[in-house]
Amino acid sequence: MPDAGFSSAWLAAPIAVPLLAAIGVALLSARLRAGVCALGAVGTAVASFVVLARVAAAGPLRHNLGGWGAPLGIDLFADGLSVLMLAMTAVLGCAISLYASGYFEHARERQSFWPIWFLLWTGLNALFLTADLFNFYVTLELIGISAVALVAMEGGPVALSAAVRYLFMAMLGSLAYMGGVALVYAQTGALDLALLEGRLGEGPLGQAALALLIVGLLAKTALFPLHLWLPPAHSSAPAPVSAALSALVVKASFYILLRTSFGAFSDNALAAVGPILGILGGLAVLWGSLQALTQDRLKLMIAYSTVAQVGYLFLLFPVAMPGAGDAAWQSKAWIAGIFHALSHAAAKGAMFMAAGAILHAVGRDDKNSLRGLGERMPVSVSALAVAGISIMALPPSGGFIAKWMLLVAAVRTGQWWWAPLMIGGGLLAAGYVFRMVKFAFYATPAHAPPLHAVPRRLEYTALVLALIALGLGLASVFPIAVAAIGAPFPENWFTEAL
Amino acid sequence: MPIFDSMLPLLVLMTSLVTAAVIFALGEERAKARTFFNLLGALAKLALVGFMLWGVFHERVFETRWRFMPQLDFVLRADSMTILFSTLSAGLWLLTTIYAIGYLEGSPNRRRFFGYFSLCVTATMGVSLAGNLITFFVFYELLTLTTYPLVVHRGTDKAIKAGSMYLRYTLGGSAAMLAGMLWLYVLVGPFDFAETGALSALDPRLHWQLIAIFVLLIGGLGVKAALIPLHRWLPEAMVAPAPVSALLHAVAVVKAGAFGIVRVVYDVYGIEFSRDLGVLPGLAAIAALTILYGSIRALTQDDFKRRLAFSTVSQVSYITLGVSLFGPIASIGGLVHLVHQGIMKITMFFAAGNVAEALGAHKVSELDGVGRRMPGTMAAFSVAALGMIGVPPLAGFISKWYLGWGAAAAGQYWALGVLAASSLLNAAYFLPILYRAWFKPQRKPWPHEHLRRGRFEISPWLLLPPVATAVLVVLAGLLAGHPFSPLGWVRIIAGREYLAP
Repeated sequence: MPDAGFSSAWLAAPIAVPLLAAIGVALLSARLRAGVCALGAVGTAVASFVVLARVAAAGPLRHNLGGWGAPLGIDLFADGLSVLMLAMTAVLGCAISLYASGYFEHARERQSFWPIWFLLWTGLNALFLTADLFNFYVTLELIGISAVALVAMEGGPVALSAAVRYLFMAMLGSLAYMGGVALVYAQTGALDLALLEGRLGEGPLGQAALALLIVGLLAKTALFPLHLWLPPAHSSAPAPVSAALSALVVKASFYILLRTSFGAFSDNALAAVGPILGILGGLAVLWGSLQALTQDRLKLMIAYSTVAQVGYLFLLFPVAMPGAGDAAWQSKAWIAGIFHALSHAAAKGAMFMAAGAILHAVGRDDKNSLRGLGERMPVSVSALAVAGISIMALPPSGGFIAKWMLLVAAVRTGQWWWAPLMIGGGLLAAGYVFRMVKFAFYATPAHAPPLHAVPRRLEYTALVLALIALGLGLASVFPIAVAAIGAPFPENWFTEAL
Repeated sequence: MPIFDSMLPLLVLMTSLVTAAVIFALGEERAKARTFFNLLGALAKLALVGFMLWGVFHERVFETRWRFMPQLDFVLRADSMTILFSTLSAGLWLLTTIYAIGYLEGSPNRRRFFGYFSLCVTATMGVSLAGNLITFFVFYELLTLTTYPLVVHRGTDKAIKAGSMYLRYTLGGSAAMLAGMLWLYVLVGPFDFAETGALSALDPRLHWQLIAIFVLLIGGLGVKAALIPLHRWLPEAMVAPAPVSALLHAVAVVKAGAFGIVRVVYDVYGIEFSRDLGVLPGLAAIAALTILYGSIRALTQDDFKRRLAFSTVSQVSYITLGVSLFGPIASIGGLVHLVHQGIMKITMFFAAGNVAEALGAHKVSELDGVGRRMPGTMAAFSVAALGMIGVPPLAGFISKWYLGWGAAAAGQYWALGVLAASSLLNAAYFLPILYRAWFKPQRKPWPHEHLRRGRFEISPWLLLPPVATAVLVVLAGLLAGHPFSPLGWVRIIAGREYLAP
């Protein structure tokens, strides 16, 4: 593991740049804001991709901030999984920034959005570059608080009650997680994942710690049955915020669980937890999809779709856990889950953005308001439909690749019963997407009220993200190769596969 | 492989994909530019496919391949089966584009229509060029998604309902197909389509699984191929504009299903291995039932397009029947019908569209005397209808001749009965149309006549395509002995697919 100061110091850049942007945008005058925001977004993305390039070239990196090593100091750590998450956040972050620059009309909204948004980005990048249970907690709190603030931004009664619910759940989640971390420290005296390797979950105390950790993280990821806060929060927030929450924020707590379970959990603990997570994930797929099928508002439908899609992420645990089959197929399931996170981010971001543009233009987003929009807002409707392809996991799309790999891994490890669930879930997704999109294909009603003008960048940003979700279905080999760098599996099929 | 040869299949797709992108980028009002790019794309594709045909005839290999996920390649390859289907689609795309330009003149949403039209052809070309099952599946699904906006193009309640039904059937079918593909992949790993099949080496104890997979795959493909009881979406989808119906029935959707069945039987399982597995009789029985059922339903349809739709249900199953009666001669009959049914049925839909467009007549009972009013259109229709019935020397006769011969050669005499019954039924539902058109005087005024001043009965954009395809129907029959006729090409395929021809 190379630890040459200069190259690994790059790891701090994806955290420092958005933090500086947040401070800058809060302090500087409104005239300079656009410039600072653009610079901050592009700068963060560049920093993230530099880290990706370094890890792709040189393997996992570790950097001690201030020169203190673990267990005392703060270590930054990046392997393939972290840089993929960084890159995902960079792409979505730029898209959201571009979108937001056209979305907010009032100065007050702009004033509160930008600093908090950059703080959220800072938190996300910091979380993805951490490999230490306590620092996970800190970054998770930063993310949680800024996300709640963004949801509450609009200030109406709906937004506030959703924000309070979200805050409540986030706090409970943090509390449980923190309790778990305290127990881990009491038992092992270590918090760094590398030091904890394979030691989490031994003995009654360890099991209690694990239970707390997991419940806290599940609450934040909104896995069924702890998902109730998600639909109101994600659907009532302003569109760029909804996109950030569904595409990125739920992935943060999932990332922690993925990191800790493969690596820090003991094999027995993981084998015990894996099936439970899988069953909850399966229930989430069914429940979220069925709920999405009954929604009459576009944004609520998309939010319930997130509940379902989060469920797919957790199907990787029973397939990839130790003892599930030979390592080649375990690692394939693990990769499939990561790839699903990536393509879901692009697709779901696109959907919320398109829905935001529609809401902006029509003034409402119930399904009847979509009538005739295929003619009047073709770009947004296309974005919605194209992103829908990835959500339904039809080829060619990133969603399809993820699902196919997970399906193959599940059947190969003898757990064929996940296959009907996943295939059926795809059909349900097709049902809820087309149930909305079909309204756009109606002829425009005779007395349709005129549309409010929508800045073009709103519509095109959504379309570009949707096309990225589609493109991941044709170019999956590079991201998969990156994910394999430092993957927690002894023998990899990646090398022979690529 | 020279770089051009490895890029050619991709280029064939690009001609229509780029056309679609350009059309979407052009504004709704730029009708002239749109027409130009549409025709440019169609001609370029036809030229490339023609070159490919020549190359494959000389055993040149055209293959585009890249890794699109670990252990699985995305393969576009031109083999003799590809050429059969892609020549048909490229040729008929050009004619349908011409027709659609005339048909939709002045109507709203033409940008969307032509954009998806081009995407749909891209998907069809992909179906024909796919070199393995997963690539096939990618384009097969893409075809579903790109035809949906065409089916619901009118934007009425009825159209949206039909579209939803279409999606329920096709996406349900794709779920079955995905399950079958997954099972097959887990069982034998990745493999490409191969002449004479790819599975015969498998351990005989696993053969029951292969049979189950066959059922899943055919179940998925049977939806688009409109095998009973999976055919119900097809008559409903008739709400689409005439050029879309023409495309759906002759080139794209129904054919993709039939072509998929052909691929599965010949190039996944292998025709001889399919027989050894014992899956062919079941398929033949379903095909035979579909042939009879579609014809019987067509008898009672007064709606012109619905009658044609049930006729499609029946006729497309000739392909499946020919495939499932084991033997090279029956295979020739089935495969050649892929082309023959295409050119005959598209002629009929063009004609039905013309009658509806010029006279507002949508029902068979409104066609009295239409032959005198629109002689060119109805002459084309009559040629195609006679071909469907199987009158020599037209294209349909060649198909039926080989099917019947093949059935007899394979000892499956019951199939002769099916063919005879079907031909009688074909006559029973097509001849009344011809009789009304040519021999009955016009009794009532036309329901909704568009008067036009011009030299022809209707705009040349609408008249030329059916006349051209009717000429093809005649030529495909008359010149069947030529090596580049559909029949000649299919004989080449049959030679390559059977181990001992």
